[in-house]
Amino acid sequence: MRLGGASERAPPFFYIIRILLMSTVKFLLAGCLGVLLAWAQVAWSLPADLVQEISTGESDDQVAAVDKLAVLDDPAVLPFLQSLLDGKVQIAGGNRVLIVKDGHAIDAITGESLSSVPEDIDEVIVNNRLRGRVETAIGALKFSSPNRAIRLAAVKTTFQSGADEKMLPLVKKALASEADPKIKKLLVLIKATIELKSPDSAVRLAAAQTLAISDSPNTKTALLDLLSKNGDEYAEPDANVRAAAQLSLNAVQTRLSIGEYIAEIFSGLSLGSILLLAALGLAITYGLMGVINMAHGELIMVGAYATYVVQNLFRVHAPDLFNWYLLAAVPVSFLTAGLVGMALERSVIRFLYGRPLETLLATWGISLILMQTVRTIFGPENVQVENPVWMSGGIELMSNLELPWNRIVIILFTATVLLVMWLLISRTRLGLYIRGVTQNRAMAGCVGVPTARVDTLAFSLGSGIAGLAGCALSQTGNVGPDLGQNYIVDSFMVVVLGGVGQIAGTVYAALGYGTVSKFIEIWYGPVLAKIAVLAFIILFIQKRPQGMFALKGRVAEN
Amino acid sequence: MSAARLYGTRGWNVIAAALFVICVLFPLSNLALPETSILHVSEYTVTLIGKIMCYAIVALAMDLIWGYTGILSLGHGLFFALGGYAMGMYLMRSIGHEGVYQSNLPDFMVFLDWKEYPWYWSFTDHFWYAALLVVMVPGLLAFVFGFFAFRSRIKGVYFAIITQALTYASMLLFFRNNTGFGGNNGFTDFKRILGYTITTPQTRMALFVISGITLIAMLLFARWIITSKFGRVLTAIRDAESRVMFCGYNTIHYKLFIWTVSAVMCGIAGALYVPQVGIINPSEMSPANSIETAIWVAVGGRGTLIGALAGAGIVNGAKSWFTVAFPNYWLFFLGSLFVLVTLFLPQGAVGLVRKIWGKRS
Repeated sequence: MRLGGASERAPPFFYIIRILLMSTVKFLLAGCLGVLLAWAQVAWSLPADLVQEISTGESDDQVAAVDKLAVLDDPAVLPFLQSLLDGKVQIAGGNRVLIVKDGHAIDAITGESLSSVPEDIDEVIVNNRLRGRVETAIGALKFSSPNRAIRLAAVKTTFQSGADEKMLPLVKKALASEADPKIKKLLVLIKATIELKSPDSAVRLAAAQTLAISDSPNTKTALLDLLSKNGDEYAEPDANVRAAAQLSLNAVQTRLSIGEYIAEIFSGLSLGSILLLAALGLAITYGLMGVINMAHGELIMVGAYATYVVQNLFRVHAPDLFNWYLLAAVPVSFLTAGLVGMALERSVIRFLYGRPLETLLATWGISLILMQTVRTIFGPENVQVENPVWMSGGIELMSNLELPWNRIVIILFTATVLLVMWLLISRTRLGLYIRGVTQNRAMAGCVGVPTARVDTLAFSLGSGIAGLAGCALSQTGNVGPDLGQNYIVDSFMVVVLGGVGQIAGTVYAALGYGTVSKFIEIWYGPVLAKIAVLAFIILFIQKRPQGMFALKGRVAEN
Repeated sequence: MSAARLYGTRGWNVIAAALFVICVLFPLSNLALPETSILHVSEYTVTLIGKIMCYAIVALAMDLIWGYTGILSLGHGLFFALGGYAMGMYLMRSIGHEGVYQSNLPDFMVFLDWKEYPWYWSFTDHFWYAALLVVMVPGLLAFVFGFFAFRSRIKGVYFAIITQALTYASMLLFFRNNTGFGGNNGFTDFKRILGYTITTPQTRMALFVISGITLIAMLLFARWIITSKFGRVLTAIRDAESRVMFCGYNTIHYKLFIWTVSAVMCGIAGALYVPQVGIINPSEMSPANSIETAIWVAVGGRGTLIGALAGAGIVNGAKSWFTVAFPNYWLFFLGSLFVLVTLFLPQGAVGLVRKIWGKRS
């Protein structure tokens, strides 16, 4: 079918971009893992006295030795300390220090591999004091790792978990040699956060000023602590530092709230794009053809279940290609829902043209039948549709702002469907016919448009788009027999708000509806947001009964 | 108003017979006859028929607004539930200290850690006030909503969708625990009504008889409306609203009046329904229920009052039989009913009977 072909063509474009990005990330991750795993291959030689001290010495000596070891510029230090922390450092025969891992032992001083693990080995006990010291040292060593990904991860962890003044020299040292701007910024923030507690008020002042560049909730907490009052006394005695801290706090809060707003706008856009997909099909069947299709929600559900079936087929017959099942699910859900829609139109709806209220009731009946059919075949419980691996995770834009991939993909997908549909309606012969029949059915028939066939095709196009909406929805939420019921009221509201017969109106209405309800949600919660939006629409169509974008003209009622 | 205008002699006889059955035969066979007797009517049947009579009142209301005036409302489930909730508030307060927590407040408020009744619960311990709410809340809501809707000439499918949205929004509102109507669970565990224990056979029978009498009164009232000049205008609005307006009628007044009356009828039905089934929760407001009301009327026959009654009886009777005998097939049946009736039986069962009758004579 031509319609199917049109929307099949589009998706690969952004899938490819997505793959490219993902493979870059994977490459970086693999590099980082590789370095960690390759510890055994590092040219290994550690100072024997320090290693002995750590393994067999008294507590104070152990700590001193760890500190000495940590400042050595030796690649073997990090794996040794990590092994110590993991309880992998063992003593054989009372004096030989070994690292035993996965049934394989190496000498901790020379790095030489042993042919077998000796029998009489004792684990080096790491007490809490030593553990803290080792952890700090590991963190600092990672700061100077040659691998950017390791450094970034280490710096992030330190920043988020908070650092104490003991780390200050390490941080300063790392800062001096760091070239990467992102890591450098984080290091500066860590340094400033530590220095907030400095006894010197000039240092505190500088630190408080530096923190203004932060976009992290941690900084907000740190600054709030500084500004807090304990009885009559401020935590910070110096008024200048307090003023600077207040200024920085304002800057950080502004940045944080910008992040929150962007996140809300984004989730509004994403809700809007789902609504848009759900409403686009309605915009054709209701808006253009004047058919109230109460089974529209169930066509969405059919699309979601088609995706589910495709997923299962891939899992059973082509597990290697499982990550790509969505590529097949998109056309399948379009065709399945489109065919169901075509069957509906041929068997029921065509007899009810011009009787909208009867159409409403009949299609409601169909929706009940479809729901019960799905319940009979797949059972009443929700079914599991998995995200492919490449759709999990997200892009982190700010410390408090992460855009999930599945939402981004859905937004792009919606945009593509919209574009294809616009081309179809405005540039193809079928689109011309649909517009002609919409404007004047009798006249279109007179000039030779096969109106009955156009009705069928337009209706199945609308249904097919509902199927696509179902395919998209299956990636964000539960798939169950009631799926469609949740969207039917919303999508009718979108069409009504946008104006009947107006695709552009539907687009604005869906995105507006999504964003506005997300914003109301921040203050009043999801239920009241929905009620408020519905109330608003009821009031809105008082003022403009024809929707936001009414067709201009003098069309008599009925 | 003369009796002859409403019904002919035969019609009045049928009504008298119905009254006799409801007020005398049912109480006798349920209360006086032993359970072993063939003529004994079980508790289950009494509750079922009582329920269906409440539904029949809703069907009448629906028929007035849809069958006679041509306005399809998908909000009648809301008015029904509002009436039910108003009665439910009174019933909840009559529980007194006998709740699980032995508190002055209903259990769900104790659960929310509320210390006193919210303002909208004040006076609901008086029956007269609850009865007033039963009429006023659906009536006022319908009046205000209808005023705005009809004023901006919202009609047809638009009106149906907007009323559905209203119902849906209210359902969400009542599902919230903090709205103060028991959230998800609604009201249940009623103990007594007007001092009588609610579960005794006598109270049940009394509620049954009251529902029956109300139903017949509503039927006569609806009949009175549609045989009046006012009713003729309503039918004219259904058939050609523009022409009625050109003739100088302000159709908004007519539509607004019948819309409000219809909502109040639903509220009363809901108030009778709740003590009989013993529960009211927000799922009564789900859009599906309102649409089902439309199918009762469509099955029986739009634009005939007797059709509305028959439709409510047929569909709900079928429902109670199906959901016991073939629970998995009920929705198939109901769905096909929607499709087949709209396609093949635009006049409903009454139209079918008339056709057969007409052919024979």
